Amino acid sequence: MTAVRVAHLYPEHLNIYADRGNIAVLEHRCRWRDIGFEVTGVGVGEALPDADLYYLGGGQDRDQMLIADDIARHAGTLAEQVASGAAVLAVCGGYQLLGHYYRGHQGDEMRGIGLVDLVTEAGSTRMIGNVVLECSLDGGPPRRLVGFENHAGRTTLGPGLSPLGRVVSGNGNNGRDGGEGVHAGSVVGTYVHGPLLPKNPWLADWLIAQALERAGIPQALAELDDALELEAQRVAARIADR
Amino acid sequence: MLFQAKVGLARATAALSRATGRGGGTTLPGRLLLAVQPDAIDRLATGLRRGSAVISATNGKTTTAKMAASILSPPLRLSRNGAGANLASGVASALIRDHDADLGLFEVDEAALPGVAASLSPRTLVLGNLFRDQLDRYGELELIAGRWRAMCEALPGGTALISNADDPLVASIGRERERHTWFGLDDPAVALAEMQHASDSKWCVRCGARYAYRAVYLGHLGDWACPSCGDARPSLDLAARDIRLEGLDAVSFRLCTPSGDVPVRLPLPGLYNVYNALAAAALALRAGAGIDDVVAGLERFSAAFGRFERIRLGDVDAVLLLVKNPAGANEVIRTLAGDARRKTLLVALNDRIADGRDVSWIWDVDFERLAPQVDRVVCTGTRAAEMGMRLKYADVDAGRIQVEPDVGAAVDRVASEAAGTAYLLATYTAMLQLRGLLEARGLVAPYWQEAA
Repeated sequence: MTAVRVAHLYPEHLNIYADRGNIAVLEHRCRWRDIGFEVTGVGVGEALPDADLYYLGGGQDRDQMLIADDIARHAGTLAEQVASGAAVLAVCGGYQLLGHYYRGHQGDEMRGIGLVDLVTEAGSTRMIGNVVLECSLDGGPPRRLVGFENHAGRTTLGPGLSPLGRVVSGNGNNGRDGGEGVHAGSVVGTYVHGPLLPKNPWLADWLIAQALERAGIPQALAELDDALELEAQRVAARIADR
Repeated sequence: MLFQAKVGLARATAALSRATGRGGGTTLPGRLLLAVQPDAIDRLATGLRRGSAVISATNGKTTTAKMAASILSPPLRLSRNGAGANLASGVASALIRDHDADLGLFEVDEAALPGVAASLSPRTLVLGNLFRDQLDRYGELELIAGRWRAMCEALPGGTALISNADDPLVASIGRERERHTWFGLDDPAVALAEMQHASDSKWCVRCGARYAYRAVYLGHLGDWACPSCGDARPSLDLAARDIRLEGLDAVSFRLCTPSGDVPVRLPLPGLYNVYNALAAAALALRAGAGIDDVVAGLERFSAAFGRFERIRLGDVDAVLLLVKNPAGANEVIRTLAGDARRKTLLVALNDRIADGRDVSWIWDVDFERLAPQVDRVVCTGTRAAEMGMRLKYADVDAGRIQVEPDVGAAVDRVASEAAGTAYLLATYTAMLQLRGLLEARGLVAPYWQEAA
């Protein structure tokens, strides 16, 4: 059966905030619609498989450092994959790695892969808490995105780039410009970590649609019963607004 | 004002706190006293003739402290912060209350440990384990480990360390200290087939290579070694061998110590409690207990409040289990899943400060293992719907999942609808809520009475 193919990059290093939850949601939402689903973990030193969706999670600083050199090997291939329509979801540390660099407190610099024109510099405090965004990825009416952020990095997008969403509650990219994350074509990066997709099923479905398109099996996604998901989203938004 | 007068006033607030129903007076007196006398802990602790012993860990500190108390008291009179008040204020409150104790026996929050240790200069310090827990509050594990390392360098030479050798991150702390007792498990027969999903600290602290394990017992705890730099688990001074898991009832093992080997049957389930028992045994031996006292104290042990309590809910037998982070929750699940019978669950997920505001961690818990056994589950707490959703993605049939945010109504539902044993899994503040409800119905004792 034709399947959506997902490459989960460095699942053993970049998994601090339950990133597995995002993969589980993609898998279930495909399976519930009888869409085939394959996921391949990619570790240090391994080759980058051909995939329709690449997932990069968040890691401790130390773990992020351990994989930074390795992911540099894949920078060119990933850029080609994205140019041919593959989708990318990058969260937290993975989001920072999409950019040009992460500059730490002591001026130490970790190189990113430069897939997206953004840079990150460490701040002196962590930005921690519930977040609510308003996003409109396809020009339609804005959708609500909820979750939790916990990051010391302040990310600045290059000129012409759009954030994933506008911050309604929380800090976002840098606590200054009201933007959160990045959205560039089929690439999404965000500080909203861990179980981002469970409470935001519309984003999961948007990614699945991108991946299906790229896999050459585009289709209208069947509706699912998202009552629990939407109730969890409503509760999270209410808590964030307090 | 004289120090003793300040202490007297602070002591009076504990009685007031209880009389007005605000709680057990387990933190307020200490908080007040520390506000007017920042060195209060240092001064009060000088009254302890045998000094103090401190236990810290992500998981198991309350149970370990209670086990050590069960071994040591009597004959020793202890000053304890047994009700989970494990910040400086809780330690100070205990010292205010128990002014004539022989030994201070304190569990201390892993982030608060360096400060409290500096005040107490404990004679014995137990470092149990470091797991990911409440990342919104504590930051990364390495950060805590770094603070513990700095603390160990500043401790007086007389302080004896007791550390979990099976945790590579803990074993990287105070390795050079002379008075260091290492404990761990030594029974590959109870090892896991593979590392659990949420394992932390898989990469060598020294060189970054992946640890090789001869046995993984729990999370990242096990018999580890680094194939690249040669670092390895320290050799064990205290070990548990011939371990036999007896379901939810007990775990038996041979306790091997420098004072001899003895069989122990611990009336508590799970490998995590073997680690707690080893830590408590090491602490008690160091504090002067004999090996027979250790066995007797462990075998008559009953769990600390909310950790593993059997409760009668109307016609239903219930077991209350605290779950507050992936490693601990996975052990609870492993223990429950060991009995294949179908189960009624209540899962209470709160996101208050003491639980961690971030509930991401539930996605690192292997609820998948329990899913085939779930007959019905009532999800409750401030994040009830989120919990229900997690179980749905763990392949629990959506028709078996009920969401009832009100904890009282959720308990009523379980009490009236459960068949057989009900398992109540709760985060910290949800566990306190649940206990409060059960207490109001006369089913359990108030937590500060039991802990005292």
